[in-house]
Amino acid sequence: MSKLAAGRPATLHEQASQTAARVILKEPYYEAIGGEIGLFAAAYATQIPVLLKGPTGCGKTRFIEYMAWRLKRPLVTVSCHDDLTAADLIGRYLITNNETVWVDGPLAQAVRCGGICYLDEIVEARKDTTVVIHPLADDRRMLPMEKHGELLHAPQEFLLAMSYNPGYQSVLKELKQSTRQRFVAIEFNYPNAALEKKIVIAETGIDPALAEQLIRLAEMTRNLKGNGLDEGASTRLLVHAGKLIAKGIPARAACTGAIAAALTDDPDMLRAVNELANSLF
Amino acid sequence: MNSPTPSSSQPSASAPAERHSAAELAKQLNELLDPVLSSRRTAQPLAARLAPLTRELQDFALHWVHVIARTSGELAYQFAATAPDVLRQADPVAAEAWIIQAMDTFDRAGLHYAGSQLNNIDALLLALRHNAEAVAFDDASTVLRLFICGLGGRPLKLEAGDETYTDTDCIHLPARIFSLGSREKNFLLYKALATHMWAQSRFGTFNVNPAGHLASFEDPARALALYNYLETTRLDAIIARELPGLARELATLRDDVEPPPECAPLAAPSATAQDSLALVDALYSKFEPPQFSYMGTLHPELARAMRASRVAREKKELQSELAKLLGAQPGDALVDPEEGDARRYSVENTADDSASPALNLDGEPVSPPSQIRDLLRSIAQDFGEIPAEYFTPASDGAHTNNSFTDKESADAAEDPQLDEDVVLYNEWDYKRRHYRKDWCTLREIDVLPGNPDFIDTTLKHYAVQVGQLRRTFEMLRGEDKWLKKQPTGDEIDLDAVITAFADLRAGRELPQQLFQRRSKVERDIAAMFMVDMSGSTKGWINDAERASLVMLCEALEVLGDRYAIYGFSGITRQRCAIYRIKRFAEPYDKTVRQRIAGIEPQDYTRMGVAIRHLSGLLNGVGARTKLLITLSDGKPDDYSDNYRGEYGIEDTRQALIEAHRAGIHSFCITIDREARDYLPRMYGAVNYTVIDDVAQLPLKVADVYRRLTT
Repeated sequence: MSKLAAGRPATLHEQASQTAARVILKEPYYEAIGGEIGLFAAAYATQIPVLLKGPTGCGKTRFIEYMAWRLKRPLVTVSCHDDLTAADLIGRYLITNNETVWVDGPLAQAVRCGGICYLDEIVEARKDTTVVIHPLADDRRMLPMEKHGELLHAPQEFLLAMSYNPGYQSVLKELKQSTRQRFVAIEFNYPNAALEKKIVIAETGIDPALAEQLIRLAEMTRNLKGNGLDEGASTRLLVHAGKLIAKGIPARAACTGAIAAALTDDPDMLRAVNELANSLF
Repeated sequence: MNSPTPSSSQPSASAPAERHSAAELAKQLNELLDPVLSSRRTAQPLAARLAPLTRELQDFALHWVHVIARTSGELAYQFAATAPDVLRQADPVAAEAWIIQAMDTFDRAGLHYAGSQLNNIDALLLALRHNAEAVAFDDASTVLRLFICGLGGRPLKLEAGDETYTDTDCIHLPARIFSLGSREKNFLLYKALATHMWAQSRFGTFNVNPAGHLASFEDPARALALYNYLETTRLDAIIARELPGLARELATLRDDVEPPPECAPLAAPSATAQDSLALVDALYSKFEPPQFSYMGTLHPELARAMRASRVAREKKELQSELAKLLGAQPGDALVDPEEGDARRYSVENTADDSASPALNLDGEPVSPPSQIRDLLRSIAQDFGEIPAEYFTPASDGAHTNNSFTDKESADAAEDPQLDEDVVLYNEWDYKRRHYRKDWCTLREIDVLPGNPDFIDTTLKHYAVQVGQLRRTFEMLRGEDKWLKKQPTGDEIDLDAVITAFADLRAGRELPQQLFQRRSKVERDIAAMFMVDMSGSTKGWINDAERASLVMLCEALEVLGDRYAIYGFSGITRQRCAIYRIKRFAEPYDKTVRQRIAGIEPQDYTRMGVAIRHLSGLLNGVGARTKLLITLSDGKPDDYSDNYRGEYGIEDTRQALIEAHRAGIHSFCITIDREARDYLPRMYGAVNYTVIDDVAQLPLKVADVYRRLTT
């Protein structure tokens, strides 16, 4: 017995309001760094799932929010962790008042309401978990819910998206070929200096000269990638530092708190990043 | 705590011991320094000068004479001669630091430098007076290295030396800075010196030819000093623009000497080293340049030589990389065979030189791999832009390009000479109670494949046991288990629910544990096997070792644990060797089996350095449990240089302590029956096992591993 979710947007939105799905009403701020908006829209139209690749804090999550707003679909975000099981995604029985009640997991909710299901940092999930999305991620587009004896068919509006940071060099954090080859991959990187400056100004309201210094600091920390830092400062960290500065925190202190200490615990590296920040402000 | 190092003869705690008489001292010194004394060079004068010191200081001096004499008799003699002066003025802790520094210098640069360092008491005392505020290169270098790396541009090395200069590849900084009043200020001076040296290389101080131009002056040294000042002024202006925070700090180090008005153009963003050079002509006769604390010296000859060799190398590399990028055969580097005419690369030399120049192919922008980007950046740093001829195939293109072909085919064949990487390791000297810096030179070498018949014979011989081993290890494999009666879980535990209902009906409290969940008992183990390949394993020990490895691999393949096997041996500290048998990432395949068969006894057993290297490799593996298992047949030992005996045991112990700190469990399997005398000291009371019968080794090793990991 399969309950087909109807493709009527109004009902879908109603359903979404009772679940983990979020309907984004206000346009999120997003600056395109390349053709990613067009690519995503085309993938959505042709019902191919999307894989967002890129370092942390470069705007993957913001992009998906923006696209959800633009495509007017509810968004279900699942932050993956190493204890995430298939049941966490699909659903499980709970006990209330002498009876068992089936509760949909976020993935099932997203399928039912025809939303966008965004699996954030998919490599963090257990390997066996990622396999349950396979039937959903190819042209079958269905979600078998064995426990509930139900086969969910995804409506046209549904889209599966996930993000992945290829920067981790751990062999344990690699995506299986059978998983990754089902997706259209969109590669993200930190925006170029001019665009990053625009983003920092738009997000924080600090003056352009200060924003430029923050960008320069980010560049310095990115030079250190592979020399003791796993990642350079992301755009997100720059925005954090900018916001602190806009609130009246002195620039050096803001960079220590929002950038240096966020990047590393190593005392020497901490000191070096602080020295770099101090050399600019 | 300023108490002296205890020596062999302990003063009693209750009453201060009497000081040694000159005669007693002379007797002891005679014994310790015997090899370097002669009829004209006796211990008497040394003893006479040590005699007036307190007993504590005398013991301190004797102790260190003894220790240094193990390294060099001559150095010990020199120490004995200077010790009285030093000990009178410096406390023993400082004196110990001074001795260790001299011994490190001896290890690094030999007797001459170490001796002059020992004898330079004035420098020691000056440094001591400023000890509280001094900053040593070793303390500052980690942060400075990262700082310079963060500033960007071509990577630069940092080294300690006598003066501050850069050859555009390495920045040399003083070993210690104490001239300013506080630690903060002294560190700032380090930072300022390093930044200026970085700026010299980054902003082209040596892209002109200062030495050639300045040689025509009456006093070239004075002209060079002037050029140095003018460049410092120009670079200060750049730093003020790029690093305003640092510029403010630099200003506090600068004396209030305004540069002469002629220097004003140097502050313009467009100013180059050429402008500084031109100004030397104008100012030579009328301006005496001041010397700031953060000005280094210039060595244009060194820098130009380094630049010339780099320019030649990078041009070759770039052309070879670009050819690879085109996908063309290296032989026809920049010519596309289909079009028949050359496809042209070009670059846009951007005004913003912090980014690497943008690369175009036939006018279309291409995004080059990071290697090419680094090369372009480095070349742009040497010339200010990428010279156009870098993209023109050389007229003798075939010839130059052939050399790439050769190089590449050599790469492909994995010439052991090319991938042979040398690593330096510290070694623990228990007498000094300090490390000897970069003391051991270690190479990683592949074991040459041996006769595969050995494996077959072994497997046939132990067929029954292998079968048993496999079964035992299969049982160890982690399997999914349902954990019942859990407070949370994937599924309802029906049994628990039914019981709960019954309880509820009976009026008891409803239990909360109603779920079941699947739990995978995962073995997350990485094991490193370190196999003794010393000469003493020759013969049947070697056979037993190889057979054990075969059995072990069979068992571990069943278990699925990650493991690596490396052999170790070497002769002297200069030639320590690690033999690769199986890396973590390698499967247990034919090559590995042949390498196991190819294990042959080599030289000696310098264990410390092998442990340091292999624990480094082991740390690169992400596993919850990390095991370092040594297969050995005896004590640590090496040819000459005192490794045998206590020194070797203590160094090995220290290396194991380091590994332990990094979260590695060490274990030793040995066939040396006397091992109980020294292994507990190295591995701890329970972390070793002695196998009396060598024939048992192949059966026992896998068994020991099973015990260790369950």
